[in-house]
Amino acid sequence: MTSATPKLWNCAGGIHPPANKQQSLQGCIRTAVLPPQLIVPVTQPLNNPPQLCVHIGERVHKGQLLAQGSSHPGLAAHAPAAGKVTAITEHQVPGMSGVPELCVVIDTDATDTTWPKLPVLDYLHTDSDALIQRVADAGISGLGGAGYPAHSKLQSALHKVDTLVLNATECEPYISADEALLQQHAETVLNGCLILLQITGATRCLIGIEDSKPQAISALRSHAYDPRLQVMVIPALYPSGAERQLIYTLTGKEIPTGSWPVDCGVLCHNVGTAFAVARAVMHGEVLVSRVTTITGAALAQAANYEVLIGTPLASLLQQSGLDTTKLSRLISGGPLMGIELPHAGLPVTKLTNCIIATTGQELPTPPPAQACIRCGYCAQVCPIHLLPQQLYWFARSHELEQAQAHNLKDCIDCGACAYVCPSHIPLVQYFRAAKAELVQAHDQRLRAAHSKQRFEAHQQRVASELALTEQRRAERTTLAKQQPATTNSSSTAAQDAVAAALARVHARKAALKPAAADNKDPPP
Amino acid sequence: MNNLQPLSSPHGHAGSKTSQVMLQVLLACVPGTAALWFFFGYGVLINLVWLTALAVALEALVMLLRKRPVLFYLRDYSAVVTAVLLALALPPATPWWLGLTGILFAIVIAKHLFGGLGCNPFNPAMAGYAALLIAYPAPMTRWLLPQAVTHALPDLATAFDFFLDRDVHGHIDAFTGATALDKFRQQHGAQLVSEFWQSTKVMGQWSGAGWEWVNAGFLYGGLYLLYKKIITWHIPVGFLLAIAILAALFYDGGSSQSHGSPLMHLFAGGTMLGAFFIATDPVTAATSSKGRLIYGALTGSIVFVIRAFGAYPDGVAFAILIGNMAVPMIDRFTRPRTFGHSP
Repeated sequence: MTSATPKLWNCAGGIHPPANKQQSLQGCIRTAVLPPQLIVPVTQPLNNPPQLCVHIGERVHKGQLLAQGSSHPGLAAHAPAAGKVTAITEHQVPGMSGVPELCVVIDTDATDTTWPKLPVLDYLHTDSDALIQRVADAGISGLGGAGYPAHSKLQSALHKVDTLVLNATECEPYISADEALLQQHAETVLNGCLILLQITGATRCLIGIEDSKPQAISALRSHAYDPRLQVMVIPALYPSGAERQLIYTLTGKEIPTGSWPVDCGVLCHNVGTAFAVARAVMHGEVLVSRVTTITGAALAQAANYEVLIGTPLASLLQQSGLDTTKLSRLISGGPLMGIELPHAGLPVTKLTNCIIATTGQELPTPPPAQACIRCGYCAQVCPIHLLPQQLYWFARSHELEQAQAHNLKDCIDCGACAYVCPSHIPLVQYFRAAKAELVQAHDQRLRAAHSKQRFEAHQQRVASELALTEQRRAERTTLAKQQPATTNSSSTAAQDAVAAALARVHARKAALKPAAADNKDPPP
Repeated sequence: MNNLQPLSSPHGHAGSKTSQVMLQVLLACVPGTAALWFFFGYGVLINLVWLTALAVALEALVMLLRKRPVLFYLRDYSAVVTAVLLALALPPATPWWLGLTGILFAIVIAKHLFGGLGCNPFNPAMAGYAALLIAYPAPMTRWLLPQAVTHALPDLATAFDFFLDRDVHGHIDAFTGATALDKFRQQHGAQLVSEFWQSTKVMGQWSGAGWEWVNAGFLYGGLYLLYKKIITWHIPVGFLLAIAILAALFYDGGSSQSHGSPLMHLFAGGTMLGAFFIATDPVTAATSSKGRLIYGALTGSIVFVIRAFGAYPDGVAFAILIGNMAVPMIDRFTRPRTFGHSP
């Protein structure tokens, strides 16, 4: 069972936005209707090219491998339903960059033919490498936020971590996918934790969950029979679920900037990831669906859905009773870090934890920004102890050095500063732009340094060649000066050499002439 | 749907507004203003109305000249706050041109010539006050005697006469006199504190008669701002602690060399107005918590030093301006440690 009230460390800053999770937690997780078309992204991490395993026109079965990584770290993608591959094309997906990603388009049919499942593994008697391979084969990426392939994260944590942190905070408003998953499938999630403990060799798993989720907490507590599993209830505060903030709250370890949690002996995984790992190992299922919250005031009924990856959002919104006349904006993710989507034709990806179909009253568009009065409310809520009011000036005036000196890079885009700004300044937007400028400036510096290096190497090469020539010339001169007595013989030798050279030239010219004449002839 | 330019996160907002912040500050001024009105009469209200009207007109004019949307900028109420703070700091029997000069300096020179709201390094109200104090020392130090001392405040007509600079009956001197702080400074070295307290009517229970209640009013308003989280405790606490500690150090047991008790200084002159309303002006104050504590202590110390050893009876305006100058340096050396960075 869980230990008695373990010590928690208080995180700085934070805000208390209205949770708005009850709307989507009214019933059980529903199964979304099979859409006529699935648009499955197959892009790989770090923009590596995917290795496609299907071709256009091919019939695929549910669970069949569509693509995998050609290099490390790869992320396998599977067919979420049976159907026919009708296109392999770039398609817009919900993402920060807005850059279209390569997707396999499947026209589904009702045959529901299934690819053979992977063999079930007994994780207690399987070694870490085999388990990690299973996680890779199942195509599991982190389902919480960044979407880094779970097997790569596990590989890097192998024998390096003593603590596994399960992120069950889900601190952002509206999103309730993890909470719903815990309410209904706490046992499977905890099995996933045990598997992750088995893989990494960590000695304990700290489960961080906000006190605003009593049902999920009791579900966790009633299944956490293993003494290594510690359910730790933390006060509801946004952004307590940011990885480094959560690790600090639970362990008191402050991950130094520039290093990763695994360097400090901690591995953090999300509830959805643990669930997917358990399904992959204990049931041999690949990751073709996830729980997504479909919510917002423009819907008749908000709910959590088990959604096939690649399902177009329009299909989900339709099932939830979207009132298009009320819809003002469509947001992927929560209201604080989510991305506004251009239209509902975008597919659900492995990272889509929430879709908010909002109205103008619910999440109104911000009024024009007023002047910054340096009130400092932003600094009071910043979980990183940054000074957003200072960074704002640096970002506005493109003072990149100052921005860097004030640790702009440590900003996690949580949006707490802009949330409380009485002047409605879009601080996060400024910071994102400045961070991009920093990256650009860094690239430019790298390129400049590289060019300088090449130029200097070239200069050195030229100089050394010149020096070599000079040296040879000097050697020849000294040689000539040393042998003045043999002038006659050497001059005759030189004359002979000249005559020989002339003869060679004449011979070559004679040989070239007919060849040149041949060239002028028109081709036969 | 289908916005051409998708909005950046966050998509929600706590709902606070800069105008609300400013209105809360104005609301918090009410108790202190009421006390000022009670003890010094209609002149206080005339100053308030006159300066507010001028400030709004000047702000609008400057915004027109700067080709900015006038109403949008007037609606942040920052000009009104500047006007109110300056009006509360001015003596209540000042002629109209004094207020005009002060607010002109505050809004046009101290605020907009530096770039407008948020860009001004000096507190506009205090810059205006300091300019007046240097340019017109006589009318700026001619305070009305508080009601508790004279029992006869100028009536509304007389107050307007003073405002229109028409001293028709030549009796402005009958209403005016040195403030408690001024008198205390002048008698320094001559009497024991207790003797002085008995020899003059300008002293009240713990501090200047009337002034102690004005300060209590601003203290009350300041506590309201703290409760509403409009300001943090760092600046007022630093400010008041510095005054109290220095006053205690130089109290000298109430001898003739004493510079007055901590309680006298805390409730005299512009102490509470300065601590809660002027030093806390976020635009011109330090930003981090530690920086604010230092900034408050610095300005509070200067207030006491000017009161005890300077040529002016009160020193809040100059203290704030000197503190403003130190803000960039304070900010530079009090940056909080970023999460994940070594100290």
